[in-house]
Amino acid sequence: MTLEIFAKISVYSVLALSLVAALGVVLFPSIFHAALCLVGALVGVAILYIALHAEFIAVVQILLYVGAVMTLVIFAIMLTHRIGDQTIPQANKQSLPALLSLACFVGLLGSLFLKTKWPVGPAHTEPVSAFVLGKALLGEYVFPFEVVSVILIAGLIGAVVIARKD
Amino acid sequence: MIVPLEHILIFGALLFAIGIYGTLVRRNIVGILISIELILNAVNVNLIAFSRTAILDPVMGQVFVIFVITLAATAATVGLAIVLALYRIRRTIYADEINLLKW
Repeated sequence: MTLEIFAKISVYSVLALSLVAALGVVLFPSIFHAALCLVGALVGVAILYIALHAEFIAVVQILLYVGAVMTLVIFAIMLTHRIGDQTIPQANKQSLPALLSLACFVGLLGSLFLKTKWPVGPAHTEPVSAFVLGKALLGEYVFPFEVVSVILIAGLIGAVVIARKD
Repeated sequence: MIVPLEHILIFGALLFAIGIYGTLVRRNIVGILISIELILNAVNVNLIAFSRTAILDPVMGQVFVIFVITLAATAATVGLAIVLALYRIRRTIYADEINLLKW
């Protein structure tokens, strides 16, 4: 019982920390600090995946997002050097309307979430192994899997063609 | 479930709203791209939460999350390539200074 309460408290604190990190992503004036905050938010989401018994997805999240995408982002930040200048304003003048409309959006959505009776079945707690996921990817979902691989190749070639020096 | 479904959904909505805020407000294109990553993460959180509570097979939600992560990585790659090309030509990475198509 105490273990369960401890688990609850730790999950909620992870959620709060990743929200704080996400706020850092959009509010830090330095884009480099924002990228480091994004790492925090992504790791927080990965921990939430582990708490929801989706271990494989958590590992994919860490490897792909924190490993690959973040490296890419930091490279892009370093290759475009004018950003080091702190005097340039980093936000445009739309922050107040955006804040108001998003507050309305979250308020509406949150009240709907709390009011709706979700058809909650008995929670699946058995972990989904990589074996089961691989069988599903190459069995039932083989068509979207192939489409995604074509998109990946197209994205790869497109990125190389766009970014190379002529 | 350790945490009730509603709380995870509210967390996802907050993450989504923060990402939208960054997309609307940031001037730096790299900042906009990483805000889009936040939005896609919020979607993934919802998919995983529903895969755990709905009657459906949890494998389905996880497969969708894998597809979303793959497409997000592709989007980030192409987006950052465009940013680099744009910086090489126009010497700026601020979204409101790129007004080639405005007249």
